[in-house]
Amino acid sequence: MTREMTGAKMVVQALKDQGVDTVFGYPGGAVLPIYDEIFLQNDIRHILVRHEQGAIHAAEGYARSTGKPGVALVTSGPGATNAVTGLTDALLDSIPLVVLTGQVPTFMIGSDAFQEADTVGITRPCTKHNWLVKDTDSLAETMHEAFHVATSGRPGPVLIDIPKDVQFANGEYTSPKPSTSHYQPVVKGDLEVITELVAAMETAKKPVFYTGGGVINSGPAASQLLRELVDGTGFPITSTLMGLGAYPASGENWLGMLGMHGLYEANLAMHDCDLMINIGARFDDRITGRIDAFSPNSKKAHIDIDPSSINKVIRVDIPIVGDVAHVLEDILKVWKARGRKTDAAAIKQWQAQIGEWRKINCLAFTNSEKSIKPQYALQRLEELTKKHDRYITTEVGQHQMWAAQYLGFEDPNRWMTSGGLGTMGYGFPASIGVQMAHPDALVINVAGEASWLMNMQEMGTAIQYRLPVKQFILNNERLGMVRQWQELLHGERYSHSWSEALPDFVKLAEAFGAKGILCNDPADLDDAIMEMINYDGPVIFDCLVEKHENCFPMIPSGKAHNEMLLGEAETQGVIQAGGAVLV
Amino acid sequence: MTPLNIVKGSTRHSAYNLRPTFSDVQERHTIAVLVENEPGVLARVIGLFSGRGYNIESLTVAEVDHTGHLSRITIVTTGTPQVIEQIKAQLGRIVTVHDVHDLTVEGPSVERELAIIKVVGEGDKRVEALRLADIFRANVVDSTLNSFIFEITGAPDKIDAFADLMRPLGLVEVARTGVAALLRGD
Repeated sequence: MTREMTGAKMVVQALKDQGVDTVFGYPGGAVLPIYDEIFLQNDIRHILVRHEQGAIHAAEGYARSTGKPGVALVTSGPGATNAVTGLTDALLDSIPLVVLTGQVPTFMIGSDAFQEADTVGITRPCTKHNWLVKDTDSLAETMHEAFHVATSGRPGPVLIDIPKDVQFANGEYTSPKPSTSHYQPVVKGDLEVITELVAAMETAKKPVFYTGGGVINSGPAASQLLRELVDGTGFPITSTLMGLGAYPASGENWLGMLGMHGLYEANLAMHDCDLMINIGARFDDRITGRIDAFSPNSKKAHIDIDPSSINKVIRVDIPIVGDVAHVLEDILKVWKARGRKTDAAAIKQWQAQIGEWRKINCLAFTNSEKSIKPQYALQRLEELTKKHDRYITTEVGQHQMWAAQYLGFEDPNRWMTSGGLGTMGYGFPASIGVQMAHPDALVINVAGEASWLMNMQEMGTAIQYRLPVKQFILNNERLGMVRQWQELLHGERYSHSWSEALPDFVKLAEAFGAKGILCNDPADLDDAIMEMINYDGPVIFDCLVEKHENCFPMIPSGKAHNEMLLGEAETQGVIQAGGAVLV
Repeated sequence: MTPLNIVKGSTRHSAYNLRPTFSDVQERHTIAVLVENEPGVLARVIGLFSGRGYNIESLTVAEVDHTGHLSRITIVTTGTPQVIEQIKAQLGRIVTVHDVHDLTVEGPSVERELAIIKVVGEGDKRVEALRLADIFRANVVDSTLNSFIFEITGAPDKIDAFADLMRPLGLVEVARTGVAALLRGD
């Protein structure tokens, strides 16, 4: 069916037809016609952010917590360039986004017009794909294709640049239909290779599942199938930062997160295993540590929907290109058909070995009665919120790693964090996006004070839309992770890793019209957290924590999984100069 | 502290030693990429190479299917086998790329390049240039009393050889198209 309408109306119509209910955005000259159309309808809620970067992160939070694509709308020039960090963040973490940017009219493109930027040029390397729409007749089709590209295969952000004259002009609107473009990624894995993997699983003596964000991106079915496979085989399972929640933290085969700040038992299991089954993870450098010492004696299988992930970093023996849910379904079918075999005796021994490693209790820390240890703050937060319908976002740094270590996730889509890009300033706007999608849930952004200040203007958004997001700030008056690295690698020269001019967060909250809570005594912590949870509105929780706490366990740069540091006593002189070049 | 020792395998683009030592042998591959001829598609391909630190030795591009709006990009690149595999996989995931063929692997293939070469000289050198051009089956496409422009087609090696011979005879300028290549047979 085709109908004639303006480009601006098409944008809104296409969003409706794609099932979009929420758009995060910020108006400006080059998108005024679209804002006019938004004004004239009630189906799509527009959330006015306070900075375009906030719009993209909010859309990411929305997408990550719902599994649906997030949508953002910003103007040309500075609107588009402010979106770049968010787009790159979404690209690295494979978050489906559709970002619409205004552009100067087609006849002015290239003339250095007011608020003109080469948006498709700037965003080409930080989007999965992008389009500049030059005539209104192709706008609707491009919009529909954008949703198809963002959500098919390995998800990612896409951008449509729409010049203002294209928004004003009339054209034919076409309704969405199944995509006929050539871009149709393969979702089914090769059955022969899947059978090879099952055969390896049947005889493995020390297997481990290593799962990642791909399981969550694949949808709830993938998590369900993963649980069935893990509990059926009894193999231990660890996950990357991005994959937390796919397998429940309370599950009996759960090892905890792996990687640079992962758990001792998880990293040693990776190092010593004889069969590694990577499901939807990408052998990131935070995970592998030293490449040539990475899990030296294992056969490696890798399930990934993106063929370029296979053999990019680590050579694998059993590569399977396909969607996690589809591949897991086939693995289960084949494994069951062949009689559900595993080497049960060997697995039992392997689990016993892991039990020994677990006894190290790598997350133990020395608590204090005088000051709040950040680990303790998170333990209490976990204890007091785990029974709630809870969503957690984080900023980036020590607090992020502690949150990953000390909070438990029972379900997918409950944990939103900036993994690949490590974007400080991500968590607060992301929490706004999550709360929009889940208005009745308890949404907590675990933050550091430095990260949080990077997008603090979004307090305005939280207040305006009455979003009761809880900002749980572990305030050590330091850039904690930077400080930790300076201590370990740069001779304790703390170059610019602290702030001498932090705001009074309670007054700041009150200035915006929110509630501020200050807590600096471990004895008051529980009551303060309960006060935060029970307050019906946005809260800034200023939790003053121990200033020089380091995050352990830690695999230093350039080291292998079995060379972890467990605590302060082990840190002297362990990181050689060769490792310092890595970040 | 001792000076930083950047590990083997690091490149000037990255401090990471992410290249496992499968093989250090540098291979030269000719890759044909069939893409939708939309604005910016060449920038996507070139941006991929520069952004990820891959080499481009030669690159040609032109629309080859006017009704389907498909262009063929022929890239000659060098890298270790693992890098070549990555290049192909990365090209393959560009949304507007339809097909990626490694002609070096799928071969044998025919590779041809066209060059025009300006040689300025007088007397014996001029005669010698003409004689060599004849041997290499290069055509004279322009002439003045003291210059020729030769047109030569062939494999890149042949063009290199011809240009080298012309250098002492007064070569002043070369323009080359880059490699166009097709698989042999059906």
